[in-house]
Amino acid sequence: MSAFEVEQGKLRTPFWPKTRAFDRLSESHDWKGYASADAYLEGGLEYFAIRNSTGVFDLSPMTKYRISGPDSLAFLDRLVTRDMKKIRPGRVAYAVWCDDQGQVIDDGTIFHLRDGEYRVCSQERHLAWFTAAAIGFDVTIDEETTRVAALAVQGPTSFSVMQNLGLDGIENLKMFGLMHFDFHGEELMVSRTGFTGDLGYELWIAPGKAEALWDALFEAGKFLGIRPIGTYALEMARIEAGYLAPYLEFIPAEETVRTGRSRSPFELGLDWLVDFSKPVFNGRRALADEQRRGSTWRLVKLDIEGNKEAHHSYVYARKGGRMINIGFITSAMWSPVCKQNIALGSVKTPHGKPGDTLWVEIYYQREMHWSRVMAKATVVDGPFWDPPRRRATPPAPA
Amino acid sequence: MKTYDAIVVGAGHNGLANAAFLAKAGLDVVCIEKNDYIGGATVSRNLYKDWYYSNCSYVCSLLRPEIFRALELHKHGLQVTPYGGSCTFMENGDYYASYPDHEVTYREMARHSKHDADAYVRYSADVMRQCRFIRDFLLTTPPDPTSLKPKDLRNLAKIGGKFFEMGEDRMYETIRFWTMSVAEYLDEYFESDVIKASLSGSGIIGTALGIHSPGTAYVLLHHYMGDVDGNVGAWGYARGGMGAVADALCGAFQGYGGELRAGSGVDQIIVKNGKVRGVALENGDEISSRIVVSGMDVKRTFLKCMDRSDLDEEFYNRVRHFKIRGSSGKLNIALDGLPTFPALPENSPVMDGDLHFIDSMERMERAYDDWKEGTWSKDPYIDMTIPSFTDPTMAPPGKHFMSCFIQYCPPLVEGREWTDEERDQFGETCIEQIARFSPDFKDLILHVEVRTPKEIENEAGLTEGNIFHGELTMDQLLFNRPIPGYAQYRGPVAGLYMCGSSTHPGGGVMAAPAANAAREILSDLKRSNVVPENFGDD
Amino acid sequence: MADRYDAIIIGAGHNGLVCGALLAKAGKKVLILEAQEQVGGAAITRKFADGFSVSACAHLLYQLQPQVCKDLDLSIDTVADDMATIALDSAGQHLRIRNGAATGLNDSDARQLHAFHKRMARFSELLRTYLNKTPPRLANGTKTDVVTLARLGLDMRRLGRKEMRAFLRLIGMNIYDEVEERFENPLLKGAISLDAVLGTHLGPRSPNTILTYLYRLAGNHGKLSTPTGGMSGVTEALAQRARDSGATLRTSMPVKRIVVDNGRATGVETDNGETFSSWIVASNADPKTTIMQLVTPRYLETGFVRRIDNIRMRGNAAKLHLALDGLPVIKGIDKKDFAERMLIAPDADYVERAFNPAKYGEMSADPVLEITVPSFRDPSLAPTGKHVLSAIVQYAPYGLREGWSDAARDTLMNHAIDKIAAYAPDIRQRIIAAEMLTPADLESEFRIGGGHWHHGELALDAFLFTRPVSGAAQYAMPLDGLYLCGAGTHPGGGISGAAGRNAARAILDREKTT
Repeated sequence: MSAFEVEQGKLRTPFWPKTRAFDRLSESHDWKGYASADAYLEGGLEYFAIRNSTGVFDLSPMTKYRISGPDSLAFLDRLVTRDMKKIRPGRVAYAVWCDDQGQVIDDGTIFHLRDGEYRVCSQERHLAWFTAAAIGFDVTIDEETTRVAALAVQGPTSFSVMQNLGLDGIENLKMFGLMHFDFHGEELMVSRTGFTGDLGYELWIAPGKAEALWDALFEAGKFLGIRPIGTYALEMARIEAGYLAPYLEFIPAEETVRTGRSRSPFELGLDWLVDFSKPVFNGRRALADEQRRGSTWRLVKLDIEGNKEAHHSYVYARKGGRMINIGFITSAMWSPVCKQNIALGSVKTPHGKPGDTLWVEIYYQREMHWSRVMAKATVVDGPFWDPPRRRATPPAPA
Repeated sequence: MKTYDAIVVGAGHNGLANAAFLAKAGLDVVCIEKNDYIGGATVSRNLYKDWYYSNCSYVCSLLRPEIFRALELHKHGLQVTPYGGSCTFMENGDYYASYPDHEVTYREMARHSKHDADAYVRYSADVMRQCRFIRDFLLTTPPDPTSLKPKDLRNLAKIGGKFFEMGEDRMYETIRFWTMSVAEYLDEYFESDVIKASLSGSGIIGTALGIHSPGTAYVLLHHYMGDVDGNVGAWGYARGGMGAVADALCGAFQGYGGELRAGSGVDQIIVKNGKVRGVALENGDEISSRIVVSGMDVKRTFLKCMDRSDLDEEFYNRVRHFKIRGSSGKLNIALDGLPTFPALPENSPVMDGDLHFIDSMERMERAYDDWKEGTWSKDPYIDMTIPSFTDPTMAPPGKHFMSCFIQYCPPLVEGREWTDEERDQFGETCIEQIARFSPDFKDLILHVEVRTPKEIENEAGLTEGNIFHGELTMDQLLFNRPIPGYAQYRGPVAGLYMCGSSTHPGGGVMAAPAANAAREILSDLKRSNVVPENFGDD
Repeated sequence: MADRYDAIIIGAGHNGLVCGALLAKAGKKVLILEAQEQVGGAAITRKFADGFSVSACAHLLYQLQPQVCKDLDLSIDTVADDMATIALDSAGQHLRIRNGAATGLNDSDARQLHAFHKRMARFSELLRTYLNKTPPRLANGTKTDVVTLARLGLDMRRLGRKEMRAFLRLIGMNIYDEVEERFENPLLKGAISLDAVLGTHLGPRSPNTILTYLYRLAGNHGKLSTPTGGMSGVTEALAQRARDSGATLRTSMPVKRIVVDNGRATGVETDNGETFSSWIVASNADPKTTIMQLVTPRYLETGFVRRIDNIRMRGNAAKLHLALDGLPVIKGIDKKDFAERMLIAPDADYVERAFNPAKYGEMSADPVLEITVPSFRDPSLAPTGKHVLSAIVQYAPYGLREGWSDAARDTLMNHAIDKIAAYAPDIRQRIIAAEMLTPADLESEFRIGGGHWHHGELALDAFLFTRPVSGAAQYAMPLDGLYLCGAGTHPGGGISGAAGRNAARAILDREKTT
């Protein structure tokens, strides 16, 4: 990037010439320097595209690193908490990485592109951390954010859209799998991954073919309800799926200034990602210690009575005759598909075991006036929304 | 003869703030100023036509908001406007800039090093953690670690508690931060020479140390721990120049009924039977009071304005060896228009920020080597701002005021007094450095005021022209500042207090020493306290 | 496993030997592996020219901790004890300093030197207690840690109010301001400055140099001695103690790597392909070499590796050895003066100026030197009538900008000899053979990263709680079974044995509990 370009406002993704035609609102926010649409027409409608047809989200600003070299597996295996040896070429792993204190730096997806060659995809940037983690490993870390344009294509008709796109064999692609196709002479990578908890794919292509891909995709989805979606819709789907968002469910550990504001994988309900059978990985010693000692926090998924959204609420438990403050809500919404008032929150252990009853202090405003309710909430296990179509292989055509 | 409740010596920002708090508490206070204008080093001077020079201090961040609010400085005309960004011009024709917007700064950093752009996130958090740690103690009298008084033990425990609260790992890192050199600290995060050079400037401004000297990481913190409206680390301009800070403090002081006597300085602090009795002015007047508060630095206070026989020998010796080294100079320049810097894109917003012309760590350190040899840096570190870019009141329309702070500049040249010719050479050195990056700069110059430590000492009364009233090294910080055993604002003589930057928490236009001193004085007088506590920074 | 050792010590430097001997004495089955043919590491005497031997790295003994001698029932034979320091003056008005007194000082300087020495001795005594302890953890520690911390506070208070204030003021200060404040005599200021900065990447104006000065005193109150037969006199004696206690000592066995199995150090593999297994491995190599090369980062976590990587290993001290056909003539120096230590550091500014180039990767054209002529008292080191001159030459930065080559080494040697010649004009005619060991040479010969005598910069930010790095100051590394026992750990370098002793005690304590 030239010195001149540095000062030129928000960056535009390779899909910008296409998405701008759909953009009726010009409402965007900053995502790592890029303008990322909040919504193109109306967030609620776009949300239903994800749950009812196909929503297309431009995830090009996602930070991407290419990891290659003889030690790439060893490097990743030491970096993340889960066992990367089990992730074969053509597979994708959701993973978290921690600092030495066992606190989560970030989560992301790791694509095993080809034997020994990986792509790490995350919301935050990690070149400094990865470079430190690479000391002593024969590995190349190449940031390729701007070299790969990406779209999330998510929703019940997305499989049919893929078929219409002419992707032979896509019906055999299982969840967390990836395949390579030819698209106008460029490699198109398709992975069955997403941030919506629904049937869906993510498409990865060289920026030069981004517009052509967009056109082909929207042609393929013409009769399948395809529409571009913004962050607002994606965020709703994310909460229903029970996924974590950095800066909401956790703060990247290296950015925390105050003590105790970071979270360990255990505290985020990610026990299943921590594999102690590996003799070494970043955070192992601290996490083993935490496992013995017990964690301080627990991430809870709450089903809250009533219909008042629990934004920014405190969470309480009843102890003796008193309500004690045990934590707070990190993400909340009314779920249109589940018809549930749902939320993610962070509470102090031992509270928040599945099945526990907690209370949420909700403030809501109606015509200037504020009201307060103490709403009963049940801790639930698993995602709020998890339709069978998400993992059916082959998926049912629309 | 009238006897005042208190005499405050020096109408610099600390003297005025201290006087204002004492007056607010109901004391009958007079503030003495040697110059016929107030402000000390917090001053706006009209030295050329319609230009107003912030000719000593030039930017504002450290001024404690608690004090601003308690003294209602906005009612007395003070307005601090944040500015953003900075730029370091490079020998190879490129530059490295930073911007108020995080993402733009990221892109600019990444242009020089992607690694460093990412590392900056951790660096910022780590430095911010240290800021949070120290900020809580700015408006607190340092505890005496050798004392067993409940108040000292409580305050020590408070510092200990804050430290402990960081958690084990960060406690160790805190120890390291407080003892490292800024160069070594930056080396642990960054690889790009220009990025490190740019960040290291804050580690040496006002300090007779080089970037490789241990302890300079703390000096960096001293420049980061301020804020503008809660935006920690941000800097701003006082509208109308830094004199606006002094004017507002003086307005508050006079509003509380205080009396200002400018035009003749204190010749002698009068002591009788081990107690302060007042001051004698240079013009022969005597003013009587049982409390004298000195806003002057400790060397000036005790070595120039007191009788040696009134002081304990050891105290006297410690003052004599108090490190207060002139290491900075200043150029104040009236410009016929805005100079252009061809390296920058047209209308670049970084012109609003501070500009620098040293692009490597080696050049930074070599600038210090010159100072050690008793000369001004031949390739100096210049912190250049154009306040009129943000504040239209400082220069006529279309014209500009430029402030250049220069590190390093010695108080004596190779051990002897400056000659006028040398002063001009020093000015020329700085102008030439800037002109290398701005071809039209020299032609735009209408007037230059060159200030070596000698001029700063003569006018503002800072010993050796040291902007902090004493080096910010570990041996002169917290309970060691200014002198171990005298860190709680009380002098060695009953009724004598210190409220200047020689005391904790040190220099910069902060006014915290003044507030802390006022709190101690009021406590000694058993008056109710009017000095605010820390807002706290959860 | 039958032949499994309780502990393997990597490196038979003095700390490794102390650690190994103490573990063996405690009944552990110990194997000490040394890369060189000779034990001793950087504390050795070796031949550098036909008939001439010299202490190749460290050449004076002043920090050996009495606790070490006591625990190992060790007494060191010396040829010279309580040596004086002669600060050389180009005009021959040398200053002879010994135990806080000096000849040729004016009254004020003499008084001040006495007071200064007394205060420094007191502070170093306070420091010494803690040099011989494992640094306490500031949190999450054991009861011992809390007690140690409380005692530290108490000990400081016991200094009395006045001295405690002085201690807290001085501990972060530089030596330059202190000598400038107290003294007038430039030679005295130069000599004290040199003592404060020897072996570091600091100049006398650098804050922290009071600490390094105190550190130097915190052994035997700064009393200098020369062991009989050179430094090997110390390390051979230690090796004998280790053998006597049942430790196995094998030389010419460079360790290639530390074997890690399932997250635990389980032994070592040597260059010749032999492997030895053990319950614990203690490395006397510097922390950076140990972690980055012998273990390799992949067995450790990233934050820790990053910290190790950040350890500053910029050696600045070079070593000059001259074989002389007779004693040189120095104006104002008697023959008997050659038994003492001589310094070329005419004033504090000179020392600071010598440091300047080191910051930019250049060697000092006018270096500071610490010179001894060990053969004067110890005839075993040179043929009759001939002599050995041993000098530490500073500053010669490890990271020389153009890299260390034969030519660069020759340049440094010429700078050093020229400097000596300014005082001893006939020195060049006397030289039979000469050897210059640059920091790069020290690194390759003694396997000390960066050729740094302290195995990592000694400064407040790498002292006590944070040596070698934050979170790993208690000798146990964050790899089960792995310990450090060398100068890179608390309290640092110098022939003190404290690190080795502290490490042995930490190992015995910890292995008892786990």
